[in-house]
Amino acid sequence: MIRFRLFHRKPVAPIDSRAFDLLCLTVAVVLGVHAPHLPLWLSAALAIVLALRWRQRRQSGGRAPLYLKLPLVALLSAAVIFHYGSLFGREPGAALAVGLLVLKLLETEAPRDARVGAAFACFALMTALLFDQGMLSTFFVALGLLPALATLRALEPAHQTTSLPRELLPVLGLLGASLPLALFAFLLAPRLSSPLWGAPDSAQSRTGLSDDMSPGEIGELLTDDRPAMRVSFEGPPPSEAQRYFRAYVLWRFDGKRWSRLDVPAAPAPVEATHDIRYTVSLEASHQRALPALDVPLEAPDEASLGRDREVLSAQPVSDTHVYTLRSALDYRLQPRLDESERKAGLQLPVGFAPRARALADRWRTQFGKDDSAIVRAALSLFHDGGFSYTLLPAPLGRDSVDDFLFGTREGFCEHYASAFTVLMRAAGIPARVVTGYQGGYWNHLGNYLLVRQANAHAWSEVWLPGRGWTRVDPTAAVRPERVRQNTAAAANASTGIAAGGWWLGMRNRWDIVNQWWNQGVIGFDTLRQHGLLAPFGMRDTDAGTLGILLAIVSALFGGLGVGWALWKRPSNDPAREAMQLLERRLATAGVVRRHSEGPQHYFSRAARTLPNQRAQLEQLMRAYLELRYAYDEPPADLLKNFRQAAKDFRPRRMVK
Amino acid sequence: MLATFRRLQDWAERRLPALTRYKRPESLPIVLHRRRVYIVPTGFGAAFTVLLLVMLLGSLNYANNAALLLTCLLGAASVASMLIAFRSLHGLRLNAVRQGHAIAGEPLTFQLVFQGGDHAHPSMHAQIGDQLALFAASAGETLVSLDLPTTERGWHPLPRMKLWSNWPLGMFHAWSWIHPDHAVLIWPRPETGGPPPVLPGDDEQRHRLHQGEDIVALRDYRPGDPMRHIAWKSSARHHNLLVKDFEQPESQEEWRLDWRQLSQLATEARIARLARWLSEAEAVGRPSSLWVPGEEIGLGHGRSHYVRCMNALAQLP
Repeated sequence: MIRFRLFHRKPVAPIDSRAFDLLCLTVAVVLGVHAPHLPLWLSAALAIVLALRWRQRRQSGGRAPLYLKLPLVALLSAAVIFHYGSLFGREPGAALAVGLLVLKLLETEAPRDARVGAAFACFALMTALLFDQGMLSTFFVALGLLPALATLRALEPAHQTTSLPRELLPVLGLLGASLPLALFAFLLAPRLSSPLWGAPDSAQSRTGLSDDMSPGEIGELLTDDRPAMRVSFEGPPPSEAQRYFRAYVLWRFDGKRWSRLDVPAAPAPVEATHDIRYTVSLEASHQRALPALDVPLEAPDEASLGRDREVLSAQPVSDTHVYTLRSALDYRLQPRLDESERKAGLQLPVGFAPRARALADRWRTQFGKDDSAIVRAALSLFHDGGFSYTLLPAPLGRDSVDDFLFGTREGFCEHYASAFTVLMRAAGIPARVVTGYQGGYWNHLGNYLLVRQANAHAWSEVWLPGRGWTRVDPTAAVRPERVRQNTAAAANASTGIAAGGWWLGMRNRWDIVNQWWNQGVIGFDTLRQHGLLAPFGMRDTDAGTLGILLAIVSALFGGLGVGWALWKRPSNDPAREAMQLLERRLATAGVVRRHSEGPQHYFSRAARTLPNQRAQLEQLMRAYLELRYAYDEPPADLLKNFRQAAKDFRPRRMVK
Repeated sequence: MLATFRRLQDWAERRLPALTRYKRPESLPIVLHRRRVYIVPTGFGAAFTVLLLVMLLGSLNYANNAALLLTCLLGAASVASMLIAFRSLHGLRLNAVRQGHAIAGEPLTFQLVFQGGDHAHPSMHAQIGDQLALFAASAGETLVSLDLPTTERGWHPLPRMKLWSNWPLGMFHAWSWIHPDHAVLIWPRPETGGPPPVLPGDDEQRHRLHQGEDIVALRDYRPGDPMRHIAWKSSARHHNLLVKDFEQPESQEEWRLDWRQLSQLATEARIARLARWLSEAEAVGRPSSLWVPGEEIGLGHGRSHYVRCMNALAQLP
């Protein structure tokens, strides 16, 4: 009787139109979520093929002939190669997958084809998330699972077909019921510490900060959402305005590029009043700099403190690196400046930026020896001089600083830091550019600061008599939210529809949701996973513990599910329930009620087996018979008595 | 391969009865409970698992949390579908078996009476060999018709049946074996042609019965009697009306079929001949009686008489 299912060949009947409609809907959703990154002509062509096939099957039925299918597949491959230049990679792969899915519909007649199509559609839905894992697109992709699973459901025979929305409803229930388990699995599934194979696309070429800077270079970095480092503090975290992590100090300027001045020397002296200890977990940066909160007081092991209090590791950081540091938040850095350093802090290319020099000279004559006033004048120029913050500035000409200050007036932190430093040097104030990270996301759950590549920042330090090197952030003068929030918010605000205040408010409010999604779901990585149990006193949850937790949670949900599957609606017949209880008790004494055995016969059989309880059993029998057969509506106290008697009854084995 | 597997299965059923406890015949009603519902992934389910693993690996490798969330959701839904598959069988109850009559060699149609319990059981399959019946059971009773191929007369126990369902996503195959302790009686196959039964000698009395015009007796009037049958003269001498009772025209002579008359034939040939005679008598409404070893059935006609005679023939040793 048993047959291997593999050998079981049933006569293949074509799938019914409802299943086919659902499959077409699934493919349409897949096409929809992939449309944003497919070329328009390809999306349109695939949509037309899909619509034609749907109409053709509805009218005449039957699969498309081979002489139509093969050229279409060849045409699709040729089109993908023509457009992308290759069949492999993220974009061409996705285009090919969506195209093949649409073409699969042409030959879909048997349930097996439809199943393959629905499963492949699930995969194609997932690949859409490789392009955009925003909250809305994830939501739409998840909605795409509805018709896919409904197709599978409709392929099972002998269930009543209903309207299309009603076909989707049970699947929605299924997905809703499995959401808690999915969330726990998501939280606890051990993540890979390093990818098994290359990340898609250009991610490999992305690096963090570099040890030189030319304005406009880190623009791409500012839209990179990858985490750069996590910082957990002992004691309260520093205020938002103090979250400046210095990486490199750049002295030398050649008119285009700022670079380091690598002088082996003792760290510059610092007078600190208030220090803070913290631990940094730095993602692989392939750089030597270990970003440290302004200004570090000591270097960790296997790293050294440079003259300008840059913390440099002995080796480039090629893997996640954890170090503990001590920094001062209120400090006086290098109150005395020697002559060579003063010269280096005033260096400018010869003949560079004549208009900026003229402006600086004007300030110098206006404010005399008051360096702080010149700094304030430069900041108010940025604030009121029509400057704007954008991640996509117009390109600058040969004299980048003059072009920026008097021409384009748009840019991001690098432009401002570079122009400000040049202005200061022109005015005779020693100044230098500092690059690093600023801001970050404070994780309340894990109590740490998550700093992303997008938090990369550049600012200036000017040397003021009596105060030493003082941090000045000219970008903050232009766009304070760059410092308060992050780059993306600042850039959004400058490109958004400026007129509609409510629209901006909506966008800002919505941005919080995006932020939450980005931080809570997209940014949930190994480290945050390891900090998952921090509220319960476990600082570091390793993969083994996570696995055990996952097993426990799965077992818990499995138990819940089995409970649901075994659950029977309680019968509303208390007399029967009491009788069943009696039957279970008597069964332990060896008196099992047979099917179709009347109560009277059963009780007398029981009385024969348990003769010392004969009277009790006979009383029970009379009560039961009276309850069952004497009244239309048995009196409540009779029922109560019987239930109590059944509950109290314990079969006693006769001692022989 | 298949034969080896079947042999292995037979051996397992002989040697490990506990493993196959629910495949032995059992009395009705049969309720599918948790200890007799089995589940394995279907081929599609296995392939889908591989697909899920690929999706999991891809999303972990690219550290794409949205894709990971989607994969987890899909995986959890697949696992949940296993519970639904189990529940679609769990609690189903076979209340009774109803069967018709069949002659050996023709398929016997019997009906399984299922009751759904407290929840619905969509997309169920009942299977005997290659024969498949689809049904959906709900709280009420559901009749499922299956055909049983027959070869020879006599009592036939119902074979083991498989109840299965791939509901809801086709990823899990849940099944249970039921083997009701129920036998069906298969009638003998009548021979295709042969002589009519030998009748007792042509005596005069039989012919007279055919005339049908003679008044046999007078009897009391019953409402509905035709007025021209009333014996007016005789009625005048009595208190009530009398009616002339005519002998019914008897076109069909009765057949007294006797096992002992066919002593020259083999047992099965005898039974086949008796069966043919019985069915010929039944076809024209001829009264018949039957004597077989162990049972004697008096004169009668009609369907129930035929069934009784055929049952007696079917049960002959």
